[in-house]
Amino acid sequence: MTSNKLSFGLAALLCVSFPALAEIDLSGSWAAINHEDSLERGGGPNPVDWAGLPFNEAGRAKALSFSQSIISMPERICWFQTQWHIAAGPFSLRMWAVPDPITGKVQAWVVGAWETRAPMTIYMDGRPHPGKNAPHDQTGFTTGVWNGNELIATTTHIKTGYIRRNGAASSDQATITTHFLRHGDLLTVALFMDDPVYLTEPYILTRSYNLSTNPVAIGGPPCIVGDEGVESGRVPHYLPGKNPFVDEMTKLYGIPEEAALGGAETMYPEFREKIKDKFKLPAKCVKNCANAGGN
Amino acid sequence: MQRKILTLTWFMVGSLAGLLMTQSGLYAQGRGGRGGGAAQPQNAKAAAVFDPTGYWVSVITEDWRYRMVTPSPGDYQGVPMTPEARKVASAWDPAKEEASGDLCKSYGAPALLRVPNRLHITWQDDQTLRMDSDAGKQTRIFHFGDWKPAAAAPPTLQGESIAQWERGGGRGATDGSLKVATSNLKAGFLRKNGVPYSEKTTLTEYYDLIKAPNGDPLMVVTIITTDPTYLTQPFVITSQYKKESSDAKWNPTACSARW
Repeated sequence: MTSNKLSFGLAALLCVSFPALAEIDLSGSWAAINHEDSLERGGGPNPVDWAGLPFNEAGRAKALSFSQSIISMPERICWFQTQWHIAAGPFSLRMWAVPDPITGKVQAWVVGAWETRAPMTIYMDGRPHPGKNAPHDQTGFTTGVWNGNELIATTTHIKTGYIRRNGAASSDQATITTHFLRHGDLLTVALFMDDPVYLTEPYILTRSYNLSTNPVAIGGPPCIVGDEGVESGRVPHYLPGKNPFVDEMTKLYGIPEEAALGGAETMYPEFREKIKDKFKLPAKCVKNCANAGGN
Repeated sequence: MQRKILTLTWFMVGSLAGLLMTQSGLYAQGRGGRGGGAAQPQNAKAAAVFDPTGYWVSVITEDWRYRMVTPSPGDYQGVPMTPEARKVASAWDPAKEEASGDLCKSYGAPALLRVPNRLHITWQDDQTLRMDSDAGKQTRIFHFGDWKPAAAAPPTLQGESIAQWERGGGRGATDGSLKVATSNLKAGFLRKNGVPYSEKTTLTEYYDLIKAPNGDPLMVVTIITTDPTYLTQPFVITSQYKKESSDAKWNPTACSARW
């Protein structure tokens, strides 16, 4: 074989044998499909409904101290809107790529802001996350990698926020991992919250979106702080043992208190055996029954 | 010098040829990126883009009150029901199901992966994937290749499912999806409290394998239920399953109309 032929063969083989890491076009407006967790994403969950959340004792205690009135305080109105709001809010997504102006290579993907959630910029250029003592904010710092057609984004450096909009909190040590999976005009987004402070294991939520020709607005943030008249110096809260909503899920849906208070065991099928004899099916649904999502 | 230039030229031509071959493969995936890759080999087992076999446990972090307990009568939150569907659902009476012995209406294919359960997935043969659920003792069969359902076969709870691998295009070991299309379904319930689906229902599912932060495999199933009779739009939900190392917690239980 001549060296010329060898060169040709070697070059061709190198290119064919090691295809570029696949990427997929995620750009566009993605309309949220809120059939799942319709209440949680829409009007907001019932108070003290933490079933399916892998709380540890600290997470549960913090959540039990939560009074919804706390977000009337000017300094706390915006406290809960981290990137987890993609999972916990009802909003659609708009995504676009930011190319390097010289090479055209994608430097970052952006998930546009919505109201009080800041845009998520997913850096694709291999830059490292800041050091552990770097400042945290609600936006956090996000990098991404492709696994075939799956974009995996990792967010760190967020401030304390919420996991569920009824007081279940995430800490500033939490990491959010977001997987973007596209199937034609359908986008599935799977988000993990991994929080060593308040959770015993990672918490996962998945959300679905349809590609839409209607442009999704990308307004906000910042969250606008307002004065709702809470007197200065008062922090709305419940002391231990004083949360008045502990039996709310039992009263409304017959769900035992131990289930509503969450914990990793409530995420798995065998937990049903534990509550089977305590569950009482109400005669009729009386609250938050059928007025959201697709209804 | 001339020889070096010639060699370099051949190298560049070779690179271009290789790149063209690679890019044409990627281009074939289309904008959606899935489903348009190279022709699949005949053997679905050998062509699998990820290993779906083994024991999987459902992780119930969403729609908890419709899944882990029996939802209250009239609790239809999130389901895009037609007025007719509401009428049917409002007549739900588990005692009637018990009397007729029709206890498995909420264990049909559109609802099975919403049931708190464990799945055991195996290759029945090189072209057929089998999924068993301990809850309700149900079995789904996914046929690959050119399998055709029998003519005039009666509808069944799990219907007839045709499967295909949809390749991604990258190097990842979990790169791609399993797409399953199911039809010929017997009517049943999307939720145990009588939210109906009809025999006209079709089901499309995408199975993806992702990794949890600790590296554990997690199967994410996007479920699209279409029913012109009882749904105003496709009902889209996603269920997730964590891989288990053994059958230690496998617990077959019969269907129940109440729990």
